[in-house]
Amino acid sequence: MKRYAWLPIFLLGSCAVVLCAPFIGDRPISWDALFRIRSNDPDAQIFWDIRLPRACLAWVAGAGLAAAGMAFQAMFRNALATPFTLGVASGASFGAAIGVRLGIGAAFLGLSGVSVAAMAGALLAISIVYGLTRLKRDCSAGTMLLAGVAVNFFFSSLILLIQYTGDVYDTFRILRWIMGGLHMIGFEAPLRALPFVAAGTVLLAAFVGELNLLTVGEELAASRGVAVGRTKTLVFLVVSAMVGVIVSICGPIGFVGLMCPHICRLLVGPDHRRLLPATLLFGGAFLVVCDTIARTAFAPTELPVGIFTSLLGGPFFLWLLLKPRRDAALSAG
Amino acid sequence: MAETALAIESLSFAIRGHTILRNVSASIAAGETWSVIGPNGAGKSTLLKCLMRIHTGWTGRVRLDGCDMSRYSQRQLARRVAYVPQPGENQRFPYTVGEFVRMGRYAYSGPFGTAHSGDRAAIAAAMKQADVERFADRTLHTLSGGERQKVFIAAALAQGADVLLLDEPTAFLDYRHQAEVAEILHSINRIAGATVLSVTHDVNAAMLTGGQVLALRDGAVAWTGPADALACEETLERVFGASFRFLDDPVTGLRLVAPQGVAP
Repeated sequence: MKRYAWLPIFLLGSCAVVLCAPFIGDRPISWDALFRIRSNDPDAQIFWDIRLPRACLAWVAGAGLAAAGMAFQAMFRNALATPFTLGVASGASFGAAIGVRLGIGAAFLGLSGVSVAAMAGALLAISIVYGLTRLKRDCSAGTMLLAGVAVNFFFSSLILLIQYTGDVYDTFRILRWIMGGLHMIGFEAPLRALPFVAAGTVLLAAFVGELNLLTVGEELAASRGVAVGRTKTLVFLVVSAMVGVIVSICGPIGFVGLMCPHICRLLVGPDHRRLLPATLLFGGAFLVVCDTIARTAFAPTELPVGIFTSLLGGPFFLWLLLKPRRDAALSAG
Repeated sequence: MAETALAIESLSFAIRGHTILRNVSASIAAGETWSVIGPNGAGKSTLLKCLMRIHTGWTGRVRLDGCDMSRYSQRQLARRVAYVPQPGENQRFPYTVGEFVRMGRYAYSGPFGTAHSGDRAAIAAAMKQADVERFADRTLHTLSGGERQKVFIAAALAQGADVLLLDEPTAFLDYRHQAEVAEILHSINRIAGATVLSVTHDVNAAMLTGGQVLALRDGAVAWTGPADALACEETLERVFGASFRFLDDPVTGLRLVAPQGVAP
C-alpha cells in the first residue's frame, strides 16, 4: 500500500545506522571485524563488546524516548509535551539519585534498586503535572509547561540536596549520570531496557485508535466510544515506567521525544497507526547518530550524548514555540 | 406511539458544588426530532454532554431502549448514540476528511485498531448522506466552517448510532450552510429514522424544525411540548426572560417570533 511506502526505507535506514555506527570512531574498524565474533582481535572486540552494544542501547533508548514523547503529545494535545519538558525525566533522575545515595543494591523483579527508584520518580512527576493540569482544567501549553518547569525545579533542588549530603564519590556518580551517557560494555544494558520498551510499544500499538481520537480532544474521543480516563491512566503508567527504566540506565537524555515525533509527523502524517512505527525507527536511529557524533566530534574526548541532544533540542523547542500555528491539534499553542 | 428511545429521569449534575442541571426529565420516542432551547447558561450543552457521558458523575437515571445507560460501556454507548460538538475554531485538525470520518468507526474497531468489515460501507454512506464526498482528501483545517460542520456530522453518522445529539449545529454558519445542515438532519430523521436531539438558542429554528421542544432555564425544565405550541407569549417570556412579538409568514403560514427586548 502506498501509505506505507516509507516503512521499508525507515526499517532499512534504521538497521543500517545501527550496523554502521560501530565502524565509526576514534579507532576506525575494518569491515571484516563483523565476521570475527569470538576472536581476540582488538577490532572485533571493540566492535562486538563495546560499540555494537552501545549502538543497540542508543537505539532502544532513542526509540523508547521518542515513542514516549509521541504518547505524551497525543494525550496533552501539545507538541511541546515530552518526558523532559513535563519533568518526568527529572523525576526519574531524582529517584535514581536517591537510589545511588542510599546505595539500594537489592534487585526487584530482576531490576536494580536504582531502576525501580527511577520508575517511581517518573510516575511521581507525571502524576504531579497531570494532577495540576486537571486541577486547573487547562491543558494549554502555558499551564503544562509551567507545571513541568515547577516539577523540574523542585526535583533538581532535591537532587542538589542529595548531592550536598553525599560524599564525593556519590556526588560525582550522580552528576556524571545526569549528563546522560551510553558508555556501557556488553549487551546487558540494552537487554535490560528492551523488555520495557517492547512492552510500552505493544501497549501503544494497542492504543493507536485511542491516541488518534485523543489528539482531536477528550470530549470528541469520549463521544466516539473511548473510555478516556482509563486509557489515559494506563498509557501514563506504562509510558512513565518505560521512561523511568531508560533514564535509570542512560540518564536523562533530553529532547529526543520532542524532535523525533515532530519530524515523523511531518514525514508520515498524524495518524498514529503510521506515526508509531515511524517514530520508533526514527527515534532509535536518531539517538545512535547523536551518540556517534558525541563520541567522535571531540575525539579522543567523549561528549555525554545528553549534552549533545540538548544542544540540538533547545533551538528546536524555540522554533516549535514560535512557529505560527496552522491547525489546532498538536500545535504548540 | 413509538417506543421510548431515551428516557431521562430526574437527571441532576453539579460541577464543584455549582448545580448546572436539576431534575431534568424527558421521554424521547424513537424517530422523534427534539429541539432543546433556553437562554445562555441554561444547561443545554451540558445536558447533551451528560447524555453522551462526556460528563460523568451526574445523578438520576437515563434509559436507552429501556436499558439503564450505566450498563453500557462507553464503546457500546457510542454505537447507539453519536454527538456533534458545537462548531468552533478549535476543530482545525490535521487529519484528512476521509481519515477523520473513519475515526468515527472507533467503536467497531478490533484489537490494535484493526478495521471492521462494515467500515467501508458505513463510511461511504455517511459521507454521501452528509454530502462531503468531494472533500474526502482535503485536510480539515483547509475547510470553511460550514464544510467542517458537515464533516463532523458525517463522522457522527459513521458511528451508526440511532440517536444523534447535536450542539448548536448551525451556529456561526452562513444561510446556505444552515439550510444544508437542516436538510441533512431532516433526511437523517425521515429516511434513516434516527432520533435527533439538537440544542439551539434560536426559537424560530426550533419551530421550523418541528417535532418536540424541551425548554431549559437555570438547569431545570421550564416547558416541554410540540414545537407548534411554542409560539406563546407567556411561555417564551418565562423561558427567556425577554419579550417577543409574533409575525405570521404570509407564504408558509408559519408563525415566527421577533425578540422585543427585556421582559418587563
